[in-house]
Amino acid sequence: MVATLSRPARSVRAGAPAGRGPGRGRRRLGLLYSAPMAVIVLLLFVLPLVLMFWMSFNHWPLLGASAPNGVENYSALSDPLFLRAIWFTLKYTLVTTVVLSLVAFGLALLMQEARRGVGFFRTIYFLPAAVGLGSASLLFYGLYNTGDSPLNTLLADVGLGPVDWLGTNGSALSSTIGMITWRFAGFYMLILLTGLQSIEPVLYEAARTDGAGRWQIMRYVTLPLLRPTLALMTVLSVTGSLLAFDQFFIITGGRHDTTTVAIDIYREAFLNQDLGRACAISVAVLAVLILLNAVQMRLIRRED
Amino acid sequence: MRKAGYYSTTTVLAVLFLLPMIWTLYSSTHGPQATNGAGGWGVDNYERMSRYGEGIGLYVLNTTVAALVTVLVTVVATTLGGYAMARLSFPGKNLLFLVTLAILMVPYTTILIPLYIVLGWLGLQNSLIGLGLVLAMFQLPFGLFMMRNSFEALPVELEEAALIDGCTPGGALRRVLLRGVAPGIVTVALFSFLASWNEFVAPLIFLTDGTKFTLPIALYNLQSGNLGSIDYGALQAGVVTAALPCVLVFLLLQRYYVSGFSAGALKG
Repeated sequence: MVATLSRPARSVRAGAPAGRGPGRGRRRLGLLYSAPMAVIVLLLFVLPLVLMFWMSFNHWPLLGASAPNGVENYSALSDPLFLRAIWFTLKYTLVTTVVLSLVAFGLALLMQEARRGVGFFRTIYFLPAAVGLGSASLLFYGLYNTGDSPLNTLLADVGLGPVDWLGTNGSALSSTIGMITWRFAGFYMLILLTGLQSIEPVLYEAARTDGAGRWQIMRYVTLPLLRPTLALMTVLSVTGSLLAFDQFFIITGGRHDTTTVAIDIYREAFLNQDLGRACAISVAVLAVLILLNAVQMRLIRRED
Repeated sequence: MRKAGYYSTTTVLAVLFLLPMIWTLYSSTHGPQATNGAGGWGVDNYERMSRYGEGIGLYVLNTTVAALVTVLVTVVATTLGGYAMARLSFPGKNLLFLVTLAILMVPYTTILIPLYIVLGWLGLQNSLIGLGLVLAMFQLPFGLFMMRNSFEALPVELEEAALIDGCTPGGALRRVLLRGVAPGIVTVALFSFLASWNEFVAPLIFLTDGTKFTLPIALYNLQSGNLGSIDYGALQAGVVTAALPCVLVFLLLQRYYVSGFSAGALKG
């Protein structure tokens, strides 16, 4: 993204066709063509964003009239349930990102070599990403829960189990991370492959000529050049996990020990019917995420 | 020997990735209640699933409507917008570009609540069109990026030739340029279709009327067991119904999906 932002948009050809006034007609056309996008962005993005700030300073019940109440809503940030949600979300984000990165990187390295059948395997590893996150969550919910759950049948065959996949905090967390890894590893593999392919083969040859071994090439050529891609993958994974909703809402029902920040916002708004408090949490989360993105962008840019 | 190691590793991994899907397919067509006796093959699960709630047909229809609105709005808005960004100059151009890209920075669960209010103001709460518009909005940054790059990749001479031949700018866009950016359009359509079809949180919040539910929401209600115990067989049949179109669409169009990545759409 940064690369594009810093590249000046290619300026318009001054020479519009003879006869039609070069500037004005094209200018009007520009406004006309971008109008649908502009209307949607204004109505459904800018307006809600402004409204979110406004709502966060108002008592705003789901039904009924709203009234200003200063910063009172922001007391939601010190609510023990919210703090627990933050802690759980951070834990989940950290573990998921590490596990996903490792698995995706391993897959990408395997799939990087131009061997027969690589395209076929790539497609298979990616396939779960075509399944919606909601459907994937329901799928694994069945996988973990059914009486004749194939997982437990399998374990019983080797004399183990049965395992209560969702019973405890720890098992619910790791079971969910298992689903997420299945769902997203291929997706991140594809991103990493794009990065790996943009590394000039000449660099590998040069390193080999200089007598570098496999690990040295990995450490001094591949990883440094892959840094922007790795950073992008981390941004996507961290942002996605910090806002995790579907997987816990569906698999564990978001019970208190697996409530994420996004589920907490949902609860505050639609179960406690307090939209103002929900917006106050949203504002805080948004601020943190923008800060985080800015830091990440800076890291990526430095590498450029 | 190394070759054998490579292929056994990749095959084992492939089996691991496929197993959950195979299990769902299997358990959706087998079960204690299956027609030909215990554990036999049968479509009972699908039959029970299809009768769930307002009938699965309606949920599929709702999901399709929302997805069509999303795809249509995204494609039209970003094709026109992408052309304007690549080829035209007008006041506010850079600002619009930056604000649209900023949508990426605002993860979307955070603005769903004010969006809920705004949709109410617009009379679009509990509406599939409103849902489609919101989902389209979240697809705008990727789509704009993709379409602007697609138009920039076309030689300017192509358009000039059409204009000299007497096309209006609009005509040149419609008759000549669209063909050139078609792969970009397919990519944008594919991404927005998959996102819309699978969306869970937005319809959960925006749709309150059972006759408007989309497939993910209907399945969630089936799972949360409104009738007491959960019908796992019907649930897995539902998962297959929801996932199959996406898997098929992806398999048919994966060329475009992958090009969406390498076009720099998702690159730093």
